[in-house]
Amino acid sequence: MTREELLNRISEIQFVCVELNLYLDTHPDDANAAADYYSYSVMLNGLMKSYEQQYGPLLGFGHSAAAEGSWVCSEWPFE
Amino acid sequence: MWIYQKKLEFPVNITNPDLRMAKQLMAQYGGPDSELGAATRYLTQRFSMPDDRIRATLNDIGTEELAHWEIVGVMIMQSMRGASLRELEEAGLLGYYTIHNHAVFPADPNGIPFTASYIQASGDPITDITWDMAAEQGARATYEHLMNMTDSEEYLAPLRFLRAREIVHYQRFGECLNILNELFPDGKQNLMRR
Repeated sequence: MTREELLNRISEIQFVCVELNLYLDTHPDDANAAADYYSYSVMLNGLMKSYEQQYGPLLGFGHSAAAEGSWVCSEWPFE
Repeated sequence: MWIYQKKLEFPVNITNPDLRMAKQLMAQYGGPDSELGAATRYLTQRFSMPDDRIRATLNDIGTEELAHWEIVGVMIMQSMRGASLRELEEAGLLGYYTIHNHAVFPADPNGIPFTASYIQASGDPITDITWDMAAEQGARATYEHLMNMTDSEEYLAPLRFLRAREIVHYQRFGECLNILNELFPDGKQNLMRR
């Protein structure tokens, strides 16, 4: 996957997580949705880790422990 | 606290900039039903909500709105990129240029700057959530007006995404209103000790 493809894949899986997260806010007892949220979260974490190993950190303040790349110098999303 | 993620929630890549759209998109960057208004309204209201589910909803939708504010800001920035003085003048942006140059400033398309009077925190949960539902519909309508102004997929794709999010948020706030009606069936949420 190219950098852009990987970033798009992250956005797709993250979108599922955003949706399930909001749904679970008003349906905290829905076990099926909670299980989906968990499995998509694991998938998202894996994709983000793989992106960060190749292209640098996605998150600031210590949440991306990537050895590669720099927070400052990687491309900003508004470039 | 918040952790910034160095990516957009939905990709924006405007290669054929439309200055007319730059000006009109300001409605959603600094107007009354803007993403900025939505984010600050929800993140402020959550402090006075009586139920964990509603606190979570306002917290998380407010957070997502910040990501939408960023998307609209990037769309405006990319739409103004490289514009000449003559082009800015033709798009009705000469006054904007005089004050802000190519900066992205939270004002509406008529130049009226964002104000806290666009947001609402009454401390009455039913009032606030009802206000939020109307704000989501207002933002949906604004996105539909914006979509009527362009045939460019570079604009339409993010606008479609943002419009759809307003509908989902409206749905979640509707559920919050149901929760409140169950919590306060007798409408006594404002009873106070003297």
